[in-house]
Amino acid sequence: MAVQINHTEHTDSETGKLGMWIFLFTELFLFGGLFLVYAVFRAKYSADFHTGAAELNAFIGTLNTVFLLVSSMTIAMSLTAIQKNKKNLALFLITVTIILAALFMMNKYFEWSHKFHYKLYPGSEVMRNLPHGEILFFGLYYMMTGLHAVHVLIGMILLSVTLFKVKTGKVSSSHFLLLENSALYWHLVDLIWIFIFPLLYLIT
Amino acid sequence: MKQDEVHISSFLSLGTVLAVLLLLTTISVLVTGWHLGPFTVAVALLIACVKAATVIIHFMHMKFESLLLKLMVSGVFLLFALVIVITFIDYLLR
Amino acid sequence: MSDMSNNETGNHISYLRHEGRYRGILSWLLSTDHKKIGLMYLYSITVFFFVAVILGLLMRIELIAPGKTIMEPQTYNGIFTIHGVIMIFVIVIPALPAIFGNFFLPILIGAKDVAFPRLNLFSYYLFLAGAILGVLSQFAGNGPPDTGWTFYVPYSAESSTNVIFALTAAFILGFSSILTGMNFIVTIHRMRAPGMGWFRMPLFPWSLYATAWIQVLATPIIGITLLMVIAERVLRIGFFDPSLGGDPVLFQHLFWIYSHPAVYIMILPAMGIVTEIFPTFSQKPIFGYTAILISSLAIAFVGYFVWGHHMFTAGISVGSRWFFSFLTFIVAVPSAIKVFNWISTMYGGSIDLKPPLLYAISFIFLFMIGGFTGLTLGALAANVQAHDTSFVVAHFHYIIFGGMGFATFAGIHYWYPKMFGRMYNNKIANIAWGINFTGFNLLYFPQFIIGIQGMPRRYFDYLPQFQTGHVISTIGGFILFIGLILMVYNLVRSIRKGELAPANPWHGVTLEWQIPSPPSHENFDVIPEIKTKPYFFGPPDESKSF
Repeated sequence: MAVQINHTEHTDSETGKLGMWIFLFTELFLFGGLFLVYAVFRAKYSADFHTGAAELNAFIGTLNTVFLLVSSMTIAMSLTAIQKNKKNLALFLITVTIILAALFMMNKYFEWSHKFHYKLYPGSEVMRNLPHGEILFFGLYYMMTGLHAVHVLIGMILLSVTLFKVKTGKVSSSHFLLLENSALYWHLVDLIWIFIFPLLYLIT
Repeated sequence: MKQDEVHISSFLSLGTVLAVLLLLTTISVLVTGWHLGPFTVAVALLIACVKAATVIIHFMHMKFESLLLKLMVSGVFLLFALVIVITFIDYLLR
Repeated sequence: MSDMSNNETGNHISYLRHEGRYRGILSWLLSTDHKKIGLMYLYSITVFFFVAVILGLLMRIELIAPGKTIMEPQTYNGIFTIHGVIMIFVIVIPALPAIFGNFFLPILIGAKDVAFPRLNLFSYYLFLAGAILGVLSQFAGNGPPDTGWTFYVPYSAESSTNVIFALTAAFILGFSSILTGMNFIVTIHRMRAPGMGWFRMPLFPWSLYATAWIQVLATPIIGITLLMVIAERVLRIGFFDPSLGGDPVLFQHLFWIYSHPAVYIMILPAMGIVTEIFPTFSQKPIFGYTAILISSLAIAFVGYFVWGHHMFTAGISVGSRWFFSFLTFIVAVPSAIKVFNWISTMYGGSIDLKPPLLYAISFIFLFMIGGFTGLTLGALAANVQAHDTSFVVAHFHYIIFGGMGFATFAGIHYWYPKMFGRMYNNKIANIAWGINFTGFNLLYFPQFIIGIQGMPRRYFDYLPQFQTGHVISTIGGFILFIGLILMVYNLVRSIRKGELAPANPWHGVTLEWQIPSPPSHENFDVIPEIKTKPYFFGPPDESKSF
């Protein structure tokens, strides 16, 4: 039996979620290119990568990892909260997520400015005098953590918009696609860091 | 069409997942103290993969998603792995 | 109220005249109607196409004689660069999904629109921004980029020209491509009409599906690669710079990991279009529906693993060369399977040699020449002789222009009555086809010959022994240009002056022919329920959907 069209339908949640997942695939391949470059040069310059990694602060790296893992939990919990119609809890959890993200960015700022202070950035005199493998290691460090930080910022903006919409009731227990998708995006940010962290900070 | 039943992850299960992730993080940091030579990368990546899978399956709800989505995600990772392997056919054999 | 100039009858209002929230020009510029977006892409792409054609013609004028003819060497380098950038990133990669995919995908699967109509409009504006930025690269401060569209390092990191403009343009265009691909994947998964299982979906949507996966999974790699080149230029990051420990060949790997699958973005929808045309103009079902379907997916998949065949002489390992050459031969097989299927579709059919079929048949001929010469290039020993010569230029123009280009012309002649509600003049279309076909072969075939004889590509100057080939080629270029003008003139003129088109001028059986020409805003008054396999040419009363 043919279906009569009555009105414009909003995108249903399964459709929206599938769209978000496909967008996440593109992000994976975007960072993937950097991981490919990392793999090639790590294989070629393993000793230099080891030396370079020693310059990084593994404690800050670990702390940042913890921040992102906890923030992944809080945003996942906020979805549960919204689905159980606990609006204030959801608002609290999203806010905590954003705060953790901000702490991550603060750490990143300290890390980078510490290196800039020692003139350790791409193109600098100090950098150019390092062994080749270390130049590439730091190049990868800046590009990977830099691109990742851009995504953290985008995530923070997305989460703030979502926070606002939860507050005004546009996102609720019956319409939570935006929160679900923002959470997926945030988990991706966490996922990428899960790989960046050991590859840059934990090389023995 | 909306799903009739939406699975809602419990706060407890999400908290447990975090505990597991923090444990794995601790392990990966401790392992760096061991001298594993050529296996260092493999071990680090292995632990990272387990963490990633945990995030995808539990936080990102993949456990309760359709087979289609599971296949897509697996396919994407597989394709990426293949591209890296094929690139190394050049680099390893030069 | 019906408007006969828009071929409206009853209370059906053409999408061309529909005005929703916005009036006048805004009803186009802010429209989320997939059909209007498809037309906006069509008009923009046609304009940019002629810009790039004229650039090509300027190259041909320069090459009619050795030495300087009408321009300096630096200018020539800038022209072949922008010709390539526009043709590849603004025309050939976007066109078929953006024009015919947007217009017909929802209709062919029985939907009212794509999954994300607003994202669709955003894709269009990204496309336009990227295209304009690319053109602007010609005029900004340091001169037009002269690196070739392939932006190879080290030169792209060192050239003082506006390379970053062009890289950014390509990045933005890539984003547009990604969003379109994502939209189409979700549309095909979620919005097929009731009864349209995957194996009842026509083959053009299937080709768009395979293409969309490539758009989504390959394009990000060129995105990050372009960012890396910008990092080389601005930050001296060193990934591709041997003096800092980097490897220029790594750029080539990254570049071709996208750009090879990109050629399948170009050709898969083209194959999908001719796959729709053959059944209609043979009045019988497509031969080997499943074989074509699996071949499309196989091409998309295997196409990811052949990129190194652009790098045989770059210094990659022997093992790598063997691997890529072998896979290159494998990827040719599904294309060959499709050729057999198309020809078998026509065999025993009731052939109606209208312009769409004429273009589709010549597509097979030209595509095969392009394909076979691709195998020549894919063979390691032959590649040493032919790499970076005119032979390569001829090969890819046969595949891209003879293949995708002629398929595009086939598609526009096929779907024109549906899109505009008018018929074009068949006689002029056929004459234009003849001129196009003649001009095309005169333009490119000599390039195979001089290429094998040693004529390098991208060279401003050449040895006198190549001149005869170049003269023939230039003459061919002008003939082709005339044919293109005539073809477009016919189509543009007929929008107003052409005979009104019936709903089904070609007696096709896919869903677009069951709705009025032009369609109404929502495509279907009633969403169809699909009860037959696709390409069912049986008796009209029983098994039709409605």
